[in-house]
Amino acid sequence: MLDDGAPLFQQIADQLSSDIVDGALAEGAKVPSTNEFAAFYRINPATAAKGINVLVDDGILEKRRGIGMFVVMGARSRLIQLRRKEFAEQYVDPLVTEAKRLGIDTEALIEMIRRPPDRQRSDQRPTDAAQIDQATARNQATAIHQTTAEEEGEAS
Amino acid sequence: MTPIVVVDHVTRRYRGTTALRDVSTVLQEGTITGLLGRNGAGKSTLMRIITGQEFVSSGTVRVGGQNPLENDAVLRRMIFVKESQIYPDIKVKRALEAASWFYPNWDAELAGQLMDDFALPANRPIKKLSRGMHSAVGIVIGLAAHAEITLFDEPYLGLDAVARQIFYDRLLADYAEHPRTVLLSTHLIDEVANLLEHVIVIDRGRIVVDATADDLRGRAVTVSGRSSAVDEFVAHREVLKRQGVGSFTTATVTGPIDDLARARARDLNLDLGPVSLQEFVIQSSGDMRERISA
Repeated sequence: MLDDGAPLFQQIADQLSSDIVDGALAEGAKVPSTNEFAAFYRINPATAAKGINVLVDDGILEKRRGIGMFVVMGARSRLIQLRRKEFAEQYVDPLVTEAKRLGIDTEALIEMIRRPPDRQRSDQRPTDAAQIDQATARNQATAIHQTTAEEEGEAS
Repeated sequence: MTPIVVVDHVTRRYRGTTALRDVSTVLQEGTITGLLGRNGAGKSTLMRIITGQEFVSSGTVRVGGQNPLENDAVLRRMIFVKESQIYPDIKVKRALEAASWFYPNWDAELAGQLMDDFALPANRPIKKLSRGMHSAVGIVIGLAAHAEITLFDEPYLGLDAVARQIFYDRLLADYAEHPRTVLLSTHLIDEVANLLEHVIVIDRGRIVVDATADDLRGRAVTVSGRSSAVDEFVAHREVLKRQGVGSFTTATVTGPIDDLARARARDLNLDLGPVSLQEFVIQSSGDMRERISA
């Protein structure tokens, strides 16, 4: 779960910010303690503390003396702003690079984003069947989303 | 950060061999440090010297500012659990009782919990314990002593993976509640990598790595992809290891890898991967063939 080569404390900080962006950790919510993080991820408590402090320095978390660590109000929208900036670099650049390598031009790429290949296939079927397909897919997606949310709720 | 153990230019010679050559290092108070290296590298010698069980040939050792040799006040602040710990011919509970008298911070409640965790029979003579249970006794005493400085030298011979995980979990939990200085020597590097805040690697009596675990993670990466692309990427870097099959190559290079380098790797269609602590230690510990033929 923790290993993408980045320093461990950075991975802890990333994990926490993802939880805030997803809403698993609501604004104003109490964040697990350093020791709870250390025990959960089986890492050195000093490393966990360092990860949490990254977000304190960024103003995402705040320490309330004697009570614990909390998610600052407005943290989620600030994190989303930050992530949007990183989105181009982390997702769009690699996408464009790989597309170029495969000889997919920009127009074709944009068309693929608009209409993902598997949906294009279902569009070719009779209209009503396609509609049922899409409705089923949507329901499935919602169901999956809900299960994930429930699991996350249990995990936290 | 306060240094609690200071090893200064220590050399230890036995007849004909040198176990430690001019070793200098510092253990910071309240950190967990891993002492890593091959068999015979000098790990146990260093631990025995820190705990006052062995003389230095030259150099000095200070624990809390004092020489540990025959210094009762210092020795009570330390516990040293060895792989081949020898106990008198007594029952398990008597061994724990004896430890409780010697260590001023003894935690009887924790000792009881750990006995349950490892399913240790209190009334069995230590002599009649299995190899794994024997090791577990050392671990129980080592943790429950709550000694300011806790040294574990390969403490888990014969313990299975589940029991080792119990050891790591209890060590972390208890360390979180009662921070102390821990020095852990082990061969199971990947198992303990995330527990360590600091890493010392000894090779043939010399310290070859002495750094924080975070620092080490960024020190090396693997680069894999088409050989020509790998060549281009590693051109101005130190290559620690290189393996190829057909036109595919994997190279381990020293970091750090910045955003620019990451983008470059992406353009060259190369995969960057982390190097595990174990891998890093193997590469830092010299050439194996050289050692076998020596």
